[in-house]
Amino acid sequence: MSPTLFDAIVIGAGPAGLTAGIYLARAKMRTLILNEGAVGGQLVLTHEVANYPGVESTSGYQLASVMKNQAKKFGCTIKSNVSVTKMDLGGEIKAIQINGRETFTAPAVILAPGGRSRTLGVPGEEEFRGKGISYCATCDGDFFQDKNIIVVGGGNSALEEAVSLTKYAASVTIVHQFDHFQAFAHAVEEAKRNPKISFVMESTIAEFIGHESLERVRIKHIPTGALTETSIDGVFIFIGYVPNTETLRGLVDLNQAEEITVSPLLQTSVPGVFAAGDSITKRYRQITTAVADGTVAALSAIDYVRNVGESRRVEENIGVS
Amino acid sequence: MLQTNLKHLLSAKDLEETLTTNENVMVCCGRMGPMCIPVYEVMDELQGEYSHVAFRDMEFDTRDADVIRNLPECSNFRGLPFTVYFKNGKVVKATSSIQNRDQVTSILDSQFSAKAVTK
Repeated sequence: MSPTLFDAIVIGAGPAGLTAGIYLARAKMRTLILNEGAVGGQLVLTHEVANYPGVESTSGYQLASVMKNQAKKFGCTIKSNVSVTKMDLGGEIKAIQINGRETFTAPAVILAPGGRSRTLGVPGEEEFRGKGISYCATCDGDFFQDKNIIVVGGGNSALEEAVSLTKYAASVTIVHQFDHFQAFAHAVEEAKRNPKISFVMESTIAEFIGHESLERVRIKHIPTGALTETSIDGVFIFIGYVPNTETLRGLVDLNQAEEITVSPLLQTSVPGVFAAGDSITKRYRQITTAVADGTVAALSAIDYVRNVGESRRVEENIGVS
Repeated sequence: MLQTNLKHLLSAKDLEETLTTNENVMVCCGRMGPMCIPVYEVMDELQGEYSHVAFRDMEFDTRDADVIRNLPECSNFRGLPFTVYFKNGKVVKATSSIQNRDQVTSILDSQFSAKAVTK
């Protein structure tokens, strides 16, 4: 067998991709998993996982490590931190190029590229990341002991993290773009009861300002467009996730939110191409739902590869006779 | 101790010895947290490709890690991990918070010259 020829290629090594790999490899499919970041995807961003059935409590990193080891043990080849530079998904045999030089082929591809934290995309955000701007309260909260900070967002993550950051910060101001929160009522109530937390509604950060580190933010009141400048020590941003599907535009059908559209068996708009995990169209994004997607996509891909192989054998037999 | 495949710096003396015996050194000082783990993974994968660079990690919450925490180049850092690049014992670059493979290789290539081994 050519080292570049596989039965299935999985793009993404989060819970969906790794689960797909485990199921494919156990079905004796030669399986390659390609991943653009660290193995585990968004899962490694979770400090404590307490709602994964069968595991009372673990860290996201540990759970991802076990999944990775399982996939390897069953025979998956895993290449992480690669850059997918070209995808040809149209033909019977799909080709995936990585790092501009190596190309791998397979009759089936499972897309599980996951998502990433949404950024505000305003001036200064990249410059002051790690120097006052953070996306992880548990990682960086203790750098802001007795400091004044802002939390951006209005969902469960934003409100829960704002409350947790009051352990360190002197004050926490929640800046949210709407006049109401998307978070569950209990999370909103807990934040409102906390004396260290205040709220700036219908507003967004327009610019981060500083020299060596973040010093000020410019806040825009959305209904009026009025700008105010505030001194601040830190800003934590929790405004949801975006799917990693930019490179899939024009290759498979995406919806308006740039999520991959799929059938109930997780088939995309292209035969032989399946999708799973946080990047597909669905309402609930959990580790458990990603694992379920990975299972369904793998079983669908296995069925597809076997049917394609069977059809080819029939055609060859007809050709021979 | 950090649960990584990298060689660990357990003391200030370890760092000093590493800097003395290696021209190019990359140290990632962090915890087993979500912003740090991806950097350790990138370093682990680059070890084979950048054989002219010594890749090390160091636990942020140990007392001796002040040799990294207190570097002037890290004085404005407020995000883990603190990643520091040394050439001939001197700091040539330092970054705060998560970095991806492209960001790391860009620094390695610019500060330590291109890969010693290419396949």
